[in-house]
Amino acid sequence: MNRATLNLWVGFFVLLGFVAFLMLAFKVGNLNLDGSGGTYEVVAHFDNIGQLKERAPVRSAGVLVGRVHSVRFDTLHYNAEVRMAIDTQYHFPVDSSASVLTSGILGEQYVGLDAGGDDKMLKNGDELKLTQGAMVLERLIGQFLFNKAQDGGADKTSNR
Amino acid sequence: MIHQVEIRDLNFGYGDQLVLKGINLTVPKGSLVAIMGLSGCGKTTLLRLMGGQLLARQGSVRVAGQELNHMNEAQLYAMRRQVGMLFQFGALFTDLSVFDNVAFQMREHTRLPESMIRDLTLMKLNAVGLRGVQSLMPAELSGGMARRVAMARATALDPALILYDEPFTGLDPISLGAIGRLIRQLNDALGATSVLVTHDVQESMKIVDYIYFVSDGVIVAQGTPEEIHASTLPFVHQFVWGEADGPLPFHYPGPTLKMDFGDEWGQA
Amino acid sequence: MKGTWGHGLRTVGDTTLRIVERIGAVVLFLGQILRHSGTSFRRFGLVIREIYFAGVQSLIIILVSGLFVGMVLGLQGFETLQSYGSSESVGVLVALSLMRELGPVVSALLFASRAGSAITAEIGLMKATEQLSAMEMMAVNPLARVVSPRFWGGVFSLPVLATLFVAMGIMGGFLVTVIMLKVDSGAFWSQMQAAVDFHHDIVNGMIKSIVFGVAVSAIATFEGYEAPPTAEGVSGATTRTVVSSSLAILALDLLLTAFMMKGWN
Repeated sequence: MNRATLNLWVGFFVLLGFVAFLMLAFKVGNLNLDGSGGTYEVVAHFDNIGQLKERAPVRSAGVLVGRVHSVRFDTLHYNAEVRMAIDTQYHFPVDSSASVLTSGILGEQYVGLDAGGDDKMLKNGDELKLTQGAMVLERLIGQFLFNKAQDGGADKTSNR
Repeated sequence: MIHQVEIRDLNFGYGDQLVLKGINLTVPKGSLVAIMGLSGCGKTTLLRLMGGQLLARQGSVRVAGQELNHMNEAQLYAMRRQVGMLFQFGALFTDLSVFDNVAFQMREHTRLPESMIRDLTLMKLNAVGLRGVQSLMPAELSGGMARRVAMARATALDPALILYDEPFTGLDPISLGAIGRLIRQLNDALGATSVLVTHDVQESMKIVDYIYFVSDGVIVAQGTPEEIHASTLPFVHQFVWGEADGPLPFHYPGPTLKMDFGDEWGQA
Repeated sequence: MKGTWGHGLRTVGDTTLRIVERIGAVVLFLGQILRHSGTSFRRFGLVIREIYFAGVQSLIIILVSGLFVGMVLGLQGFETLQSYGSSESVGVLVALSLMRELGPVVSALLFASRAGSAITAEIGLMKATEQLSAMEMMAVNPLARVVSPRFWGGVFSLPVLATLFVAMGIMGGFLVTVIMLKVDSGAFWSQMQAAVDFHHDIVNGMIKSIVFGVAVSAIATFEGYEAPPTAEGVSGATTRTVVSSSLAILALDLLLTAFMMKGWN
């Protein structure tokens, strides 16, 4: 095998690999969002986060705007402290609210941001005061049964 | 007298088994010495000890006055630049052409320009009469040609010591004579010293200066070709004249005939 | 009775010891390769040659396998996800399973049997025909001239091959689900983009394939270099390369996955 042909093939091989890598990074991995330094962090406390995990998406109006950076238990307030990395190209008013939502019935959980009306925008390290925790199925069912029972009781008394 | 190779009271073995026992051997500068013996008697091991590929258990191996046993890896590699070795079947690099095989050491060890490497390589190939096959691959050569290319490669950097491992094995009579003459010519032309390990008595007797006979890891006889030829030692006589039975029995030691075949056979 | 039990236990013990010894020997050998790697980088042409033999010549099998694996993933994923009404997520399934697991692992397994065995056979044969000894006698260290370039050629080739495998697989999944099964193209890509993380999926997948590349190349060169210099010896070493590399890949994959998961949560 001629040396030049060999180098040509190897060059082609490396180039092919590089193109594939770029495709994975940009077309599939959407590299620009999680790129370094392109995010700012906000904190929110939830009474219950359900199945929310690190790296879960943060969406506003269904659009991906950031990711959950860390989840930990706050021993001072006995609730969950969630830190989120929001892409710097998106700005939210300081009175925005965060809620833990589920995509579809069996889908993954994510944080939904609803923009408020304040003029001031959130900065790195700010806290979201208005939060709504995850719906827990057992509690929902319990509440439903409780209401049903109450309604049923009311019906019976009215029938009598 | 200066000795290119000097071996004193050498013991060597693999595992528990001693292959070489109390070997004493000298190869004077400029001479062509043969080490002869049967297959598996430790000749090749002896050659590898001279190349520093194996290290002695006891005793000393000196090449150009330097003790190999005390060398570290870097020193061993430095010593080997002065040594050329021809392996039994040539051991040419199968992925390189004949030219690249011969040029291999020049490219690895020198910073010579490519044009000079080309000239030197063709000179070496010319010395073994094979300048015309420079672009062939080793697989396209006959056994004798491969052996000659390997000689050109072993002598590429004009070594002071050339080791030959069974250079005559598996060659036709014409190639055999050609290789024999080449060994002598190369040795004298380069002013080198050569050690030849072989069991081909007739061919090597024609070219060498001195012969050592090894049997069972011990040197049993030594002398110039004339002395060996005239020797009356039973072992040497059997070896030189190629007799089937002698001090070295034709039969491998085993149970007696009577034990294997029963009484009738034993008596017959 | 007691003898049988004792014998069985002894066999288990012997095998365990042999495996541990073998792993230790490969690790020591890897250290030797690294110590003799100077030549490979000073004369990179030697490595380029090996990238050609290990990488370029494995291209076809890697590209074709990647395409097929991606297509099968697409089909299977579509079938299952459709019953949950989320067939658009099939892109996520294809991309994540390829990047995190199948890409690095399957390409490493293919690489071990295609290139690894070839490296073992080549070095083993060079040893059997005394080419390595001859090189040593020419004052050229075979570890530096023969083994190390092949090792680095393998280490460079495998991540490239794994990347190509993943890219081909995603194209295969796209072909089956979007072109043939009419999943919405926009949803296919956007869901994938939302779920795939550059650092945690792509970089971690790369790290895996680099580790596999080191393991397969070290095992392949080790088996070749230590092969008994006979025909049976070389063929046995070739088989051992494929078997031990495959086991090493799967065991390392488990370790790395566990380690990377722990990093996440």
